[in-house]
Amino acid sequence: MSFFDLKGTLKPLTALKQFGKKPHTIEYPKVKKEAADRYRGFHFNDLEACIGCGNCSTICQNAAIDMIHIEGIEGINGDSGLRPRIDHGRCCWCALCVEVCPTGSLSLTKDYLYVSDDPDSFLWVPGIDNPEGKNNLSFTSDEQSLNDFKRISMPELEGMERVKSFAEVVLGYNEEQAREEASRCISCGLCTEACPEHMHIPEYINAIATGNDKDALRIIYDNNPLPEMCGKVCTRRCEDVCAIAVRGEPVAIRWLKRYATETAISSDITREIVNPVIKEPNGKKVGIVGAGPSGLTAGYYLALRGYDVTIYESNAKAGGATMYGIPKYRFPIESLDKQIEYIEKIGVKIHYNTTVGKDITFDKIYKESDVVFMGVGFPKAWTLGIDGEDAKGSMQAVNYLHEINDGEEVEIGNKVAVIGGGNVAIDAARVSKRYGADVTILYRRRVQDMPADWEEIEGAEDEGIHIVPQAIPIKVIADKNGKVTGIEYLMAEMVPDERGGRPKPVAIEGSNKVLEITALMGAIGQQADYSFIEGTEYEGKIKVERGRIVVNEDQQTSDPKVFAGGDAVNRTADAISAIADGFRACKAIDKYLIEK
Amino acid sequence: MREKATTLYLGPQHPGITGNMMIRLKVEGDTIVKATTEVGYLHRAFEKLQEQRNWLQSFTLMCRFCVPETDPMEESYARAVEAIEGREVPERAKYIRVMVLELARLASFMLWYGGQNGSLGLYTMGQWSVGDRNYILDLFEELTGGRVYHMYIWPGGVRRDLPKGFEKRVIKVLNYLEKRLDDYDDLMFDNAIFKKRTQGVGLVDKKTAIEHGVVGAVLRGCGIKSDIRIDDPYEIYDQLDFEVPTAEGGDIWARALVRRQEARQSIRIIRQVIDQMPGGAFYNQIPNPLKWTLPKGDAYVRTESVRGEIGLYLVSDGGNKPRRVHLRGAAYVHAVSLLEDVLIGENVADVSAIMNSLGTCPPEIER
Repeated sequence: MSFFDLKGTLKPLTALKQFGKKPHTIEYPKVKKEAADRYRGFHFNDLEACIGCGNCSTICQNAAIDMIHIEGIEGINGDSGLRPRIDHGRCCWCALCVEVCPTGSLSLTKDYLYVSDDPDSFLWVPGIDNPEGKNNLSFTSDEQSLNDFKRISMPELEGMERVKSFAEVVLGYNEEQAREEASRCISCGLCTEACPEHMHIPEYINAIATGNDKDALRIIYDNNPLPEMCGKVCTRRCEDVCAIAVRGEPVAIRWLKRYATETAISSDITREIVNPVIKEPNGKKVGIVGAGPSGLTAGYYLALRGYDVTIYESNAKAGGATMYGIPKYRFPIESLDKQIEYIEKIGVKIHYNTTVGKDITFDKIYKESDVVFMGVGFPKAWTLGIDGEDAKGSMQAVNYLHEINDGEEVEIGNKVAVIGGGNVAIDAARVSKRYGADVTILYRRRVQDMPADWEEIEGAEDEGIHIVPQAIPIKVIADKNGKVTGIEYLMAEMVPDERGGRPKPVAIEGSNKVLEITALMGAIGQQADYSFIEGTEYEGKIKVERGRIVVNEDQQTSDPKVFAGGDAVNRTADAISAIADGFRACKAIDKYLIEK
Repeated sequence: MREKATTLYLGPQHPGITGNMMIRLKVEGDTIVKATTEVGYLHRAFEKLQEQRNWLQSFTLMCRFCVPETDPMEESYARAVEAIEGREVPERAKYIRVMVLELARLASFMLWYGGQNGSLGLYTMGQWSVGDRNYILDLFEELTGGRVYHMYIWPGGVRRDLPKGFEKRVIKVLNYLEKRLDDYDDLMFDNAIFKKRTQGVGLVDKKTAIEHGVVGAVLRGCGIKSDIRIDDPYEIYDQLDFEVPTAEGGDIWARALVRRQEARQSIRIIRQVIDQMPGGAFYNQIPNPLKWTLPKGDAYVRTESVRGEIGLYLVSDGGNKPRRVHLRGAAYVHAVSLLEDVLIGENVADVSAIMNSLGTCPPEIER
């Protein structure tokens, strides 16, 4: 290098050619920069779409999101009522909260500028504190979501294969399928709130996902002594509110419970795994009327607490409506037996074929026990109330199912009509199909209004059962021997309810149709049978209103010594509500007797 | 007469460097006789924090290891997770990753241009290159949603597909930058002051380089050809045509020459990637991140950053979070132990320029 580098001195001066060129930088605040379409700016939350599952808060690795109560947003079924509040001083704008949001309510916006000297003002409830963000969305989960929206489909028997026997239709997940399905769960707990029994759903699903099936079973038995039954036939309100179901298929909570319970193949193994602590006998006696889900639940947990529990059951088997009302292709008898055996091994005494009021008086049970629990159910069917209903071959679906489940043979012929749209109607139809009949279901409203489980409705259709919606039966037609030969019905149109209720079916004049049948089954609801206390001193003591026993929040009746639960008490008429009643009653009985 | 030695505390702020570290210098006059690097101003315990975060949450911390060049960190983590899990990455994602990595290199070179010159008092270069870097950051904003912290390369592929017409906009920026690199040459490499201040300054000879385990442009500035993208190719680097420039001398000037050519090589690579970009999926989706576990195992992956090789060691105990994350970047060697040796005999005024030239990045040192 020479002493004076002429080129090296002059070359940098060429920089002057840039003089006066427009710079890339912008003159803020005169000019504002529009952020890119995917920009990760401040959060916005669509408060209507948000269900408060809290997954955003869980994934946030900076703990910048907490879930808070907002005035005016109440927690309802499927919505915790909480909404995320974001500390933009902690946020790192990774946007994982957006991508794990199951509803897609949370997004980021193009807004990136916020200046304040008050650090507390960086704490926002998106959607409330920046409602204008709605018009400026940028980073959303529409393109890409980290939720697994697709359910592992359940292996089942083919529709035409099913109707040949009473073999269980659902085959159950294998280990790999169960693990995969369980790992879809985001553990938000909305299901726990929706479950009448508040089962520890996220916890046992997590145990299955991590390969701890035994832990899962122990968690399940914490507040449900009939989990295999629930795993097969529960009405699963948990799945209706599953956060994943907003944009995808709900996590198969019922099937996962079924998987966990099936790993214990006998009552001894169940006992070995659950290994419950049974307290020393405390000398108190509890008498239970009815070995249905509520009675069994109260009995099991009271026995664990050291009570001397005796259940009186009029039938030859325990289980109540789950034994006699549910067909065996949904809930095999071995499965129920295993659970009842386990409960008996814990110390619950069950007197079978003992009808209260006939084989033993209610008074005796009342006087011999410190507390009585009534889980008497709804065994008596409502009649249709139409002409000719007492014809031969016209029967109640619930009685039909009872007799079939008892192993009896019932003459139904080859053309059956079932009236009703609930699970009992579908069950009776599918059972009749298995006996070779051509089955038609007549229902007053539309198919989407049917109270039966959608999977059951689909199952029935797969098996070739005809469903005639908007059909109102008016008359049963019988031959001269009094044997049913047909059902006459009217077609109905759906009229919107002025008071905002669901549309009502109104018969169309002259739309009469007749369906030829050999048997008719009514399935429009059931009622209780209180004959065992009728005419006794207890009739007035235990208050009954509109067919249901009146209880307080502790399941206690107007007679403080008598508790009640199950179908005879609650309107939901499903097993899980009965189990919840039993569990609640157990805690209340324990408290009542200790305080006494 | 020998002057009395004085202790001089330099830092923790330094011109043109991201992050803080301190150097305790013993000087005689303005000549350094001893240098002791003192780090500890920036320790955020990222590696430890990751042990308490699940596999996906950990991903968001990766980019923060090194502010000027975030993507090689994300790339290392993604590849390590994929290696442990055996997760396939779609072909298109590999191409997009390489494009992003090379764009990140370019952006990082731009920052270096500014830092290297700024440390010598040549501020115009910094105004230019940092301004031009914004064009690349605009591309990142459009592609990833973030300008500096992209959080874009993640296990299984990349987070979003290319927006419509994105390739065209990349080419437009590349065309512009190519022209600008010539302007930079006029202002920097043809500049008498720059030459005078950098030639023969901050010398690292081959032997020292090898002894210290020096990597990247610093090693190539000693005439040793070494680049992970060629030596241990990942993604699709083995299918691309590019050169690894070297220079002799081992001084700041030689390292600057290497980087000058590397920036052009990055442009060459991006053009090839865009030409060959296949269609198809960009992401092989991971399971629900809250329940995502990796099998027991470990993985060590190497990635080339602008400062040199990054090594990431990741251990899984079969659970839902890392058992151990350990990252070692080039700056750890260059700016802690090597710097202490290189500074001896140098002028105090050159310390900042030397630090820049060695690729000092305190956030990467302390993690």
